[in-house]
Amino acid sequence: MTAPTTSAPTADDEPDLPRPKDAGDPFDRDVLPAPPGATAALLRSLLAPMKGRVSVTTLLLLLQQAAVQAGPLLVAYAIDHAVPAFRDHDHGPLIAVAVAYLLCALVSGGLQSAFIVASARVNQEVLLDLRGRIFRHAQALSIDFHERYTSGRLISRSTTDVESLRELLNEGLQELITVILSFVYISAMLLWLDLGLGAVAVASFVPLYLLVRVYQRRAVRVYRTRSTAIAAVIVKFVETMNGIRPVRAFRREAANDAEFRVLNRRHERANGDALLEMARYVVGSRLVANTAVAGIVLWGAYRVASGSLELGVLAGAVLYLRRLYDPIDRLGMFLNAYQSAAASLEKIAGLLAQTPSVPEPSAPGELPPLKSEHPGREVVFDAVAFGYRTGGEVLPRFDLTVPAGQTVAVVGSTGAGKSTLAKLLARFYDPSQGRVLLDGVDLRELSVAELRRGVVMVTQEAFLFSGTVAENIAIGRPDASRAEIERAAKAIGAHEFISALPDGYDTDVRKRGGRISAGQRQLVAFARALLADPAVLILDEATSSLDVPGERAVQRAMSTVLEGRTAIVIAHRLSTVEIADRVLVMEHGGIVEDGSPAELIAGTGRFADLHRAWRDSLA
Amino acid sequence: MPSTRAAAAEPHETAERSAVRALLRLWPYVRPVRARLFTAAFIAVVASCTGLVFPLVLKWMVDGPVADRDPAGVWLGALYLLLLGFAEALLFGLRRWLVARPLSSVEAGMRADLYGHLQRLPVAFHDRWSSGQLLSRGTTDLMLLRQFLAFPLTFLFVNGVTILVGVIIMLLQDWTLGLVILGPAVPVIITCAVFEKRYAHASRRAQDQVGDLTTVVEESVLGIRIVKGFGRHRSQARAFRELAQTLRGTELRKAGLLATIWGVIVTLPEVAIGAALVLGTIQVADGSLSTGTLVAFLSTALALRWPIDSIGFLLAMTQEAATATDRYFEAMDAEPEVATSAGRRPATATAVGNRSAGRNGWAQPAAPGAAKTSAQDSGLRFENVQFRYPDADKTTPPVLKNITLHIRPGESMALVGATGSGKTTLTALVPRLHELTAGRITLDGEDITTIPREELRAKVAVAFEEPTLFSASIADNVLMGAETTAGAADLNRALAVAQADFAHALPDGTDTRVGEQGLTLSGGQRQRLALARAVVGKPRFLVLDDPLSALDVHTEAAVEAALRDVLAETTALIVAHRPSTVLLADRVALLSGGRITAVGTHHELLRTNAEYAYLMSGTGEAEDDR
Repeated sequence: MTAPTTSAPTADDEPDLPRPKDAGDPFDRDVLPAPPGATAALLRSLLAPMKGRVSVTTLLLLLQQAAVQAGPLLVAYAIDHAVPAFRDHDHGPLIAVAVAYLLCALVSGGLQSAFIVASARVNQEVLLDLRGRIFRHAQALSIDFHERYTSGRLISRSTTDVESLRELLNEGLQELITVILSFVYISAMLLWLDLGLGAVAVASFVPLYLLVRVYQRRAVRVYRTRSTAIAAVIVKFVETMNGIRPVRAFRREAANDAEFRVLNRRHERANGDALLEMARYVVGSRLVANTAVAGIVLWGAYRVASGSLELGVLAGAVLYLRRLYDPIDRLGMFLNAYQSAAASLEKIAGLLAQTPSVPEPSAPGELPPLKSEHPGREVVFDAVAFGYRTGGEVLPRFDLTVPAGQTVAVVGSTGAGKSTLAKLLARFYDPSQGRVLLDGVDLRELSVAELRRGVVMVTQEAFLFSGTVAENIAIGRPDASRAEIERAAKAIGAHEFISALPDGYDTDVRKRGGRISAGQRQLVAFARALLADPAVLILDEATSSLDVPGERAVQRAMSTVLEGRTAIVIAHRLSTVEIADRVLVMEHGGIVEDGSPAELIAGTGRFADLHRAWRDSLA
Repeated sequence: MPSTRAAAAEPHETAERSAVRALLRLWPYVRPVRARLFTAAFIAVVASCTGLVFPLVLKWMVDGPVADRDPAGVWLGALYLLLLGFAEALLFGLRRWLVARPLSSVEAGMRADLYGHLQRLPVAFHDRWSSGQLLSRGTTDLMLLRQFLAFPLTFLFVNGVTILVGVIIMLLQDWTLGLVILGPAVPVIITCAVFEKRYAHASRRAQDQVGDLTTVVEESVLGIRIVKGFGRHRSQARAFRELAQTLRGTELRKAGLLATIWGVIVTLPEVAIGAALVLGTIQVADGSLSTGTLVAFLSTALALRWPIDSIGFLLAMTQEAATATDRYFEAMDAEPEVATSAGRRPATATAVGNRSAGRNGWAQPAAPGAAKTSAQDSGLRFENVQFRYPDADKTTPPVLKNITLHIRPGESMALVGATGSGKTTLTALVPRLHELTAGRITLDGEDITTIPREELRAKVAVAFEEPTLFSASIADNVLMGAETTAGAADLNRALAVAQADFAHALPDGTDTRVGEQGLTLSGGQRQRLALARAVVGKPRFLVLDDPLSALDVHTEAAVEAALRDVLAETTALIVAHRPSTVLLADRVALLSGGRITAVGTHHELLRTNAEYAYLMSGTGEAEDDR
């Protein structure tokens, strides 16, 4: 089959874990706890490295606004000074006005351009940083996190949530700075032109401020709801597209439409609420502003009429006033962008606040040099016990030593804990108690690179990334040459089908003709593991989709290419056992039988039963 | 690490199309809310023009009461200003209130349409398009479109009218000054035109790159076990960073373009205002112009600054909206599965007729066909089926050719073949997830292309190799395979057949949520639930794709025992890799090189067919044959 995507990508053979999933679970409600102030701290930490650039950008805007706001002042000067001077045949002041205005125009235009470029640099840098952080953090978080946090949510964090920060940075921040600057400039100008008029204008900021506060408080709620709503829409969208085959085969289209409509409606409503909230704010702020304008004009005109104010000053003041209140709409837009970004940042901060339950060591150790010419290493489970953080013990305390080079088959029924054992060894999980040692070194002390030279796990779900087949194999060792990639593919019996693809190894797995069946995907996954050349190889149901010859090829490869390596093989096909040196039978989280295949088959235990059943099944 | 990402699979040449033409395609979605949208635009024009009346009142005040030192007149003027101010505020609020809900509903409507449409597109489409690219169309692009409808669309119009009215007012007050102000119009328009084209390219590229980035994010999440298993999260992060940096480059290019146009749009009008100020001052000094008129004139000119300044970013947003529209319709224009067409029938019948002449009565209507139905035609029949993926090169050999196979009613047929021989593809043809290239498939004598898809898929139940569960309760997941009338009894029976009784022991029993947003189940558990889903509706036809691969030996044996009863009454096609699964079936078909090369019982084939023996036992001898 083709689409290289799986939904709910877990192939673990875990027991039916009663993981608590009550309504209060933050994972369920998509609100991960973040320490107080985490959102602001995140924003600060994003902007901190940009300090220099932000200052330059702000300076550009500062100068630009100075140039822009000089206009009315020049008008006032022209009316009050240049006109009388011109009448007296003194052209000096008028020429000064002309030159100054031209200068202002050029400077404001030029600085505007420079500002756009400079701020785009800052914004893009911040976004790059944030995108990278989310991505790296998500990748660093442990498997148990990914099993609980859905892929749709992670995608929504790094797309729509980043997008809303982009909007804030692109438009919002510029708006804010412009608004603040023009408030300051214009207030100063007004106060300078006339103390009284200026004071009235400044006084009008009080109700405006209150209005902004109220709006902000209400908008927080609305935007939080909206961000959760869109995340739910995305989850449903992704789930449907990734599961398109069963959707079609079980005629889910109509039912999906209905479910999607509910989620979409919820988002639509939240969206509308946000827009209405904005409408209310605009009306309120405009009312305050226009009342203030009327009041100031009234007082100013009254004073001109009574002779205590010059006409030019009034003209200048009025021009400034119109500009003073112009940006309040834009302040609203900023608040809008800010709220929406804050809601998103809060979620992002919550994600970033998650600590990997399987952290990388701060001072990584190294594996000791190999003791023999064989590449295998010794594995020791030392008094290991495992339970999920959410409760429920899965593996009670046990000890196990696998000597270097041994191939161990682990069998047992579904839920016996085989996969958990494998995941502990692959360090997808860390044990709750005890240590897992590789040649005497605790896995927790190894860097990722060192760990993966040591242990590699191949699972049942064989996901292919977009890209070519060769690239997918090279995941095992990115610096591998084409010859090495082909050698790995040949060893595992995948070369034949890969060569038959339209572009051979260069076939894009998503492009025409690149359809690859589940069994073939497992072969690619094996080739990947072979290329990685680990000391310890774990196969977790890795041959489930292979046919018998395919499985044989894999076994042959294991006995030749993987000769001397330590291997843990989990399989319900007992055919695998034939190549094993040792068999472990697990039941209810414990190892109940342990011995060579021959010993166990000859005995009367569970394995002897299993083996008999399997023999029968071969007919 | 795969780094060359498949970009949007579709060609991009369409980017050349004009923005207007692209945006016109939005009309069907906007139509339902047109009344409100137009009213809102009209109100915005009125509100915006109200702003232009301010300077006129000012002029009246300056030249009248102020010059005449008439306090009462001053009060009256202030009252006018206050009233105008209230009117303006309320009108702008009204505009926003009018469009808030309708615009959200346009966005939601388009999203629902996209979702519905994508669900119905051929599976082949989904094979080619990553869900990241589809998702970015359903989210980011639609948000851009909503913003476009809310703002640029209205304000390009409103600001245009405002500028026009403002210019007329200025011309009326003093035509020489007015002409001076108009001066920069031509260069500004030319700059905008040049800019539009370049910006369109850059914005299309940026949006596609966002889609690619989404794809990387999605894959890195879905493939997290591989990334972690090979310790590749650093190189994955590097690949991501490269793409993100490319996107940054594109965004910076967009910013550069914006900077140019803003520079022009800010500077030129400002220079013109400066010139008008100087000229006006001279005229006032000459006494040929009143101070009030000059104040009013300049106020108007300044009031027009925002409408003029805004054109730059309004055009940019429009351009982005146009690209978003193109991207949206790229997905929407893909043809959904063709409806069941009667037109296909005769053509197919003739094509097949030559080879299987006399066998079927399809060429003639009803009566003769009905008579012959029973023994020959009933069951599941493949006749000369040929299949090549629709996007594959026509010169490549088909995946399946000349498949002729008859599964009698109540019979189970195992389908065996080497990895990649086309078994899964063959099973996908029965519920028409893919369309045949040639030949036909009949269910009880009825060509599947003549059966409505809904009905066909109700008749044929499938269990896929990848057991996908949806975010819903276990009961819902299983019962989606049955009629809506199915109840707890059916559910329990199906769970029992699939040995999925573990469901009852879960925290909320069969109401436990699973899938993306629920309990994580193991591969074996999911496979058993998928099997339960396939059998719950007691379908006439059952297609099972390697249904027991993830089960342990004991469970497999138990499922097989229970399945036997189900299979006794069902016509089934079962893809099998193992002897144990094959033994569920009455007969086996061997698929090799895209053809059925042998049909018989397991034991017959084991004796007579070397390839089959090799596939089933994997042991030596047969290898020489290959």
